[in-house]
Amino acid sequence: MIEVSLKGTAGSFGLDASFSVPAQGVTAIWGPSGSGKTTLLRAMAGLTRLAGYVRIGADVWQDRQRFVPVHKRRIGYVFQEASLLPHLSVRGNLDFALKRNGDHTVDFDGLVERLKLSALLNRSVGRLSGGERQRVALARALMSAPEILLMDEPLSSLDGEAKAEIVPMIASLSRDTALPVLYVSHDAYEVERLADRVLRMSKGRIIETPDTAFNASLDGLSEAQVRALAEAALKAGIKV
Amino acid sequence: MTDIASAIHVTVLLATVTTLSLLVIATPIGWWLSRNRSLFKDIITAIIALPIVLPPTVLGFYLLVAMGPKSPLMVLLHPFGIRTLNFSFAGLVIGSVIYSLPFAIQPIRNAFESLGRRPFDVAATLRATPLDTFFTVALPMARKGFLTAALLVFAHTVGEFGVVLMIGGAIPGKTEVVSIRIWQLVEQLDWPNAHRLAGGLLVFAFCVLLSLLLIDRRWSQRHD
Amino acid sequence: MTSRFTLHKRALMTAILCLSAFSAPAFAGDVQVAVAANFTEPAKEIAAAFETKTGSHVIMSFGSSGAFYSQIQQGAPFEVFLSADAERPTRLEAETLGVKGTRFVYAYGTLALWSATPGLVDGKGAILTKGNFQHIAIAEPAAAPYGLAAVETMKKLGLYDTLSPKIVKGSSIAQTYGFIDSGSAELGFVALSQIYKQNKGSRWIVPAADYTPIDQQAILLNPGANDPTAKAYIAFLKSPEAVKIIKSYGYTVH
Repeated sequence: MIEVSLKGTAGSFGLDASFSVPAQGVTAIWGPSGSGKTTLLRAMAGLTRLAGYVRIGADVWQDRQRFVPVHKRRIGYVFQEASLLPHLSVRGNLDFALKRNGDHTVDFDGLVERLKLSALLNRSVGRLSGGERQRVALARALMSAPEILLMDEPLSSLDGEAKAEIVPMIASLSRDTALPVLYVSHDAYEVERLADRVLRMSKGRIIETPDTAFNASLDGLSEAQVRALAEAALKAGIKV
Repeated sequence: MTDIASAIHVTVLLATVTTLSLLVIATPIGWWLSRNRSLFKDIITAIIALPIVLPPTVLGFYLLVAMGPKSPLMVLLHPFGIRTLNFSFAGLVIGSVIYSLPFAIQPIRNAFESLGRRPFDVAATLRATPLDTFFTVALPMARKGFLTAALLVFAHTVGEFGVVLMIGGAIPGKTEVVSIRIWQLVEQLDWPNAHRLAGGLLVFAFCVLLSLLLIDRRWSQRHD
Repeated sequence: MTSRFTLHKRALMTAILCLSAFSAPAFAGDVQVAVAANFTEPAKEIAAAFETKTGSHVIMSFGSSGAFYSQIQQGAPFEVFLSADAERPTRLEAETLGVKGTRFVYAYGTLALWSATPGLVDGKGAILTKGNFQHIAIAEPAAAPYGLAAVETMKKLGLYDTLSPKIVKGSSIAQTYGFIDSGSAELGFVALSQIYKQNKGSRWIVPAADYTPIDQQAILLNPGANDPTAKAYIAFLKSPEAVKIIKSYGYTVH
C-alpha cells in the first residue's frame, strides 16, 4: 500500500492531503492548475519538505521522527519539462541513472527499444524534440530501478501527436512491470486512458478518492452495476 | 635579452599558478554564496569585492605589512625559518590571489546560481548524493563560469603592476615580472625595448585569451 | 597679494591638481615643483622658509626622477624640477624642455648602508662581506641614482655577484627606505638624508670614493620660464638659508 498524509505550506501554497492506494497500477492525481498536485508529488518525493507521513510498501520515507533524503528514496521522477542533464548525451543521461541504481538489474536494451530511443542514444540533449525528451526522461527514471514512478504532468507540454505516441507506452509499461505509478495531470484524456484509479484535487485538498470516485475499469461488471456507477459518476461531476 | 625571457617566464608562471589556485579557492566559496542568500553572505560578497575598489598600491601596501616580519601572520612562520613572504614568488602568488579574488568568485557564483534547482532535483531523484551531484552535475554544468573566471584572472594577473611593485622587490627570475621590466626600461629611457616588450606582452595575452574563447566555442557547439 | 586671494588660488589649484595631472599652468604667486623622493624632508623645510619669506606658495610633488622626467616630456605642468641625478636635467635642457643656463647642482648626495636593527651594520660595512641576511634593499638602479650608486659600491667591493640573489629593488628611494624600516629587508642602501636626523638602527656611511658622485641637479622648466615666483624659488635654493637647511640633512653643497 501507498500511504500518504502531508500538510503544510510550500511557498504561497497550502496543502492538506491524505490518501491510501494500492501499490500497483496507475493512480492519477487529477485537478485544475493550482490545485496542489505538483506540490503533493514533490512532497511525496521529498523534493519539497512538508510535515506528515509517507509510506511506500514496507518503506517509510517520512514520519514524525524521520525524513529520508530524496537521494535515498527509490523513486523515479519524471518532470514536466527541462529535466535532462544538458552536459550529457542521451546515453549519458541513461547511464547516469544506471550507475546509481544500486545494482538492481535493468533491461537497458529492452527499455531503449520499447521507448524507441535506439537512434537517439548518441544525440546531444539539445537536439531532441519535446516528445523525444520526455521519452528519454521516462527511460532514465526507469533505469534507476525505482519502487514507484512519480510523473508530474509529463505530457502537458507536448503536442497531440507526441502525446498519442507516448501514452500507450506508459500504459503498456505500467501493465508489464509491477511498478506503481502516480500520475499527475489536468488532462482528462490522459487520465482516462491511463488511470486505474483517480485522486481528485482542488485547492490543496483531495476531494475524491477511489472509494468515492468513478473507477475506469468496467471489465467484469454487470449492466446494473455499470449503470449505478455511471449515475454515481455523473453525480460526482466527472465527465465520461 | 635573457632578462626579458626571465621576466616573461615569471609572469606566465605567476598568471598560471594564480589562475589555478583561484579556480580551486573560488569554487567552494562561489558555491556557498550561490546557495540561499542571506545578509551574512551579502556582507561577505562586499568584502570579497574590496580588491576591486582599492588602488593596487594601497592593496600592495597592506600586503607588504601583512607579510612583513613583524606581522602576526608571519610570526607563525618564524619557526620554519621564514622571516617574510615579501620579495618571494609565494608572496606574489598570495598578493595576486587576493588582487584577483573577486574576478574568480563572481563568475563562478553566477554560473552556479543560473543552474536553478531543477538539475539538483533531477540528480537527487536519480540517487546522486549531494557530493556526487556537485562533481557530476553542478561542476560540468557551470563550466562556462570557470572558463570566464580563468580568463579574467589570467589577464588580470598578467597586467598586474601596482601590487607587484609594492611587494615584489623586482628580483630577476623570482619576482621581476614583465610589467615591472617594461617600467624599468622606460625609466632607463630605453624606449625601443620597452615597446617591444609591451607589444610582446599584448600579443601573448591575446593568444591565451583567444584560445580560451575558442575552447568555449567548441563546448557550446558540442552541447547545443 | 592678499591672503584671501592666495587662499582662493590655493584651493582652486589643489582642486585642479587633484583632478588631473595635466592641467592649466600655475598662477603667479605659486610655483609647482617636482622633487626627487630622497630630497623630500629638506624640500619641505625649504618650502616653508620660502613661503614665510615671500608669501608665495610652493606646491610640491615627490617621486622618482625617472617618472617625473617622463611626465615632463609629456607636458606635465611642473615649473621647477629637483632631480636626484644630473642626467635628466641635462637631457631636458638638450630637449629644450628646460630653460638654458638655469641648471645647477643643488646638493651632492651621500650613500648610506642602513638597517633598522641596531648593531647589524657596523661602521665599516663589514656586514656586506659577512652576508648573514636574507634581503638587502636598494633603489631601482634604472630609476634612481642612489640605486646605481649602491650597485657601484657593491661591485667596487667585489661583492655584487655574491649579493645579487639577495638584492630587492624598491621602485623609489622612498620605497626602499620603507622595505628596510619595516624589516622586510634587514638592511639596504638609502640616501643619508633620509636617516640623517634620526638615530634609529645602525649605519655605515659609504665612502664617496666607492661610487660616482650623486650630483643632484635642479632646472627651471618651460612652464616656469616667465614665472617670477619660480625664478625666486630657484634663487632661494642657492641662498645661504637654504644651503644651511640642505647641509643639515647630510648633503654636501659646494
